[in-house]
Amino acid sequence: MREVAIVAAGMTPFGELWEMSLRQLFAEAALDVITKAGVDHLDAIYVGNMSGGCFVGQEHLGPLMADQIGMAGVPSTRIESACASGGVALRTAFFEVASGASDLVLASGVEKMNDGADVTNVLATAADQELEVYHGITFPGLYAMIARAHMEAHGTTEEDLSWVSVKNHRHGALNPKAQFPREFTLEQVMNSTPVAEPLRLLHCSPVSDGAAAVLLCPLDQATRYTDQPIRILGTGQATSAMALADRKDPTFLDSVQLSGERAFTMAGVGPDDIDVAEVHDCFAISEICCIDALGLVERSQASGAAASGLTALGGRIPVNTSGGLKAKGHPVGATGIAQIIEIFEQLRGESGDRQVSGARLGLAQNMGGSGASSVVHILERI
Amino acid sequence: MAGIVGYGAFIPRKRITAEEIARQWGKDPETIRKGLLLEEKSVPGIDEDTITISVEAGADAITRAGLEPSKIGALYIGSESHPYAVKPSGTIVIDALGIGPEVHVADFEFACKAGSEAMFVSLGLVESGRVEYAMGIGADTSQGAPDDALEFSASAGGAAFIFGKENLLVDVLETYSFTSDTPDFWRREGEFYPRHGGRFTGEPAYFKHVLGASRAILEKTGLKPSDFRHAVFHMPNGKFPQQAGKKLGFTEKQMEVGWIVPTMGNTYSGSSPTGLAAILDIAEPDDLIFMTSFGSGAGSDSFVFKATNLLPERQALGRTVRSMLDGPKHYVTYGQYAKLRDKIIVNE
Amino acid sequence: MPSPRYWREVPSRLRLEAARCSGCGKVNYPPRPICPGCRGDQSEPVTLSKTGTIITSTVIHIAPDDFLFEAPYAIAVVETPEKARLMAQVVDCDPSSVGPGMDVSLEFRLIRKEARSGILCYGFKAVPAASWEAQS
Repeated sequence: MREVAIVAAGMTPFGELWEMSLRQLFAEAALDVITKAGVDHLDAIYVGNMSGGCFVGQEHLGPLMADQIGMAGVPSTRIESACASGGVALRTAFFEVASGASDLVLASGVEKMNDGADVTNVLATAADQELEVYHGITFPGLYAMIARAHMEAHGTTEEDLSWVSVKNHRHGALNPKAQFPREFTLEQVMNSTPVAEPLRLLHCSPVSDGAAAVLLCPLDQATRYTDQPIRILGTGQATSAMALADRKDPTFLDSVQLSGERAFTMAGVGPDDIDVAEVHDCFAISEICCIDALGLVERSQASGAAASGLTALGGRIPVNTSGGLKAKGHPVGATGIAQIIEIFEQLRGESGDRQVSGARLGLAQNMGGSGASSVVHILERI
Repeated sequence: MAGIVGYGAFIPRKRITAEEIARQWGKDPETIRKGLLLEEKSVPGIDEDTITISVEAGADAITRAGLEPSKIGALYIGSESHPYAVKPSGTIVIDALGIGPEVHVADFEFACKAGSEAMFVSLGLVESGRVEYAMGIGADTSQGAPDDALEFSASAGGAAFIFGKENLLVDVLETYSFTSDTPDFWRREGEFYPRHGGRFTGEPAYFKHVLGASRAILEKTGLKPSDFRHAVFHMPNGKFPQQAGKKLGFTEKQMEVGWIVPTMGNTYSGSSPTGLAAILDIAEPDDLIFMTSFGSGAGSDSFVFKATNLLPERQALGRTVRSMLDGPKHYVTYGQYAKLRDKIIVNE
Repeated sequence: MPSPRYWREVPSRLRLEAARCSGCGKVNYPPRPICPGCRGDQSEPVTLSKTGTIITSTVIHIAPDDFLFEAPYAIAVVETPEKARLMAQVVDCDPSSVGPGMDVSLEFRLIRKEARSGILCYGFKAVPAASWEAQS
């Protein structure tokens, strides 16, 4: 396989973008990348998208999006893996370049959630319809069950969960593209409206519109497009039982551990080598579960990692410096690519006030469903 | 000889007091309590209907019968609140209970008499030898219009009875039906709440049919009210069954066990069948039991039962009516009741 | 919910039919062609008991449209004595009293409706076990 680099990144702001449609969001991010890289053609396009069909009634995003950026004719495919769609789009693009089949591949993600759809229902399509959703579960509900089991098994507290939100909002306050670039106090988080006990509104990522895109090419061609290419050192993907009831331990996300191990093995590095990480904090509990399953912190430290500052900017392993899904926003299909962009910029030293100094190795972990899908990428500054 | 080989009942756990309903409409709760002898009534949850009540009651009936469900060759559900206007309740109930597909199923409607009607037809099929076992169910989530006297009584619950020829818990000694065209209470197709003829529901309707059927079955059997240990009549309110029983010569003591209306309300097709289930929960071998149902429109079915030696050992195999009436209850406000009973207009 | 989709699940949803893997003994609910525990393809039918213990739970405050009238409601992963796990709402109790370790019974209930004119969808919900113990 060829070595692969990311040479350009572009994204829209994340938020309630009432004036932007699904296709406009994609075009803004994609054209930003194309302009930055100065390319006049693409060999392939991958569009990560969870549910254009349910959110805005639009499927078949591959050709639609290619056409929107004047690239009709180019092979273009929509990738769906629920909230991990973006991460899996990147992985698919990676293999296409690594295999030698294509040289210039756009990996993107887009979601338009604020267009009148019943978001709770649409997101729940990523859970098991027959065994879970039938009975009235919601996505926050599934993670709330994980949280309650975690509290029962590991003594995690509501305060531990709340610190994750406080930390990520502190980070997000430094990110101009974030949907909620502001801080919240611990009290504000702990007194916010209950959504699915023990999770409250400020433990949950918001409903967002947005798009993100990166351009991949073989590492040996990367300097044609940028002075600072970032190498994709490892990729790993895994699945686990879809329904929470079918998992041996509801507090442990097997798919996250497996995808992490696979990415680490491919990259030839370990969790201790990572300087900065973006993990899938769709709910506060998921950040705790993910940093544990990835081995970024000791299990005994996972619940208190945000409160202790271990995972905050300036800590041993800063997690979600972008503000995470919580503060930056979570346009589901775009999230996986946006995480990659945060790591890309961190490794290039472009993160401004939230820069992790000297970051050389970064990790992005993107998850689908209540952890049934997970995809991990490890990026390296060259 | 054919009779009951298994029985079960189910009453939802939610309750509303007569006082709470009276307060809503500016009525005097004491008048309701003393006039109609109603304290509180069961309220179906948003997830309870004739079908769910039938499945729960039917499951206990099967357990008490100790029967392979597949041996049940007929199942009839009497109700005036079948959840579907078109599509049988019974098909869902047989599939949930593991009965069938070799089974005859029908939904009955005869106002509050549909339950005893299901029992009557089940008995007849078993007696004829057409089927080995048949289940008759009376269940309702009764409707009562807001600010109508019925709102104090219309409640939810039901009972299921399996009829067979062997291992009887209860012998059926005799039946009698008494029917005429009497428009005392009705609900037209597509209408949400039933209407009634006020005091016309009394003498020419309830009493004429209940007394007519009861007197005829006593004459047919040659039995006297004093021969019976227990008696139960359809219970549209607390007062009517007491009055009917006394006119026939039954004592309050004979009617005490089956008279569950003050805290259950009127479960329409499930009313006298659930009263019968309450009696079977405590009846002793050789007890004679008298039952007369009533359905508006109008008609009454009377039954004379005799408990067997087998009944006592089966009583504890299922939920008793008393345990459900006195067990954990959840009181709702009128607002919650209006929400649960679909009385609030919402956007689809 | 379209009728065929509902109808196909009747054996597991209305009767709690499951399968015990002949290879490893794991009880799978609903039955599936391959056991996720050992990849065995032989099994025998088993019906789940209508009792269980809550493994984990939540109380839904922000509900999907079809369940708006029910919120706030408790929902849980319940483990039956056969070690099968299933998701079910927990009703007829204070939702805040529901939590891991609680013993429950399963009762037949209406689970959801397809708007005003669509089909009615049934299944099981959990209730506190204590409300059944009162029977004897």
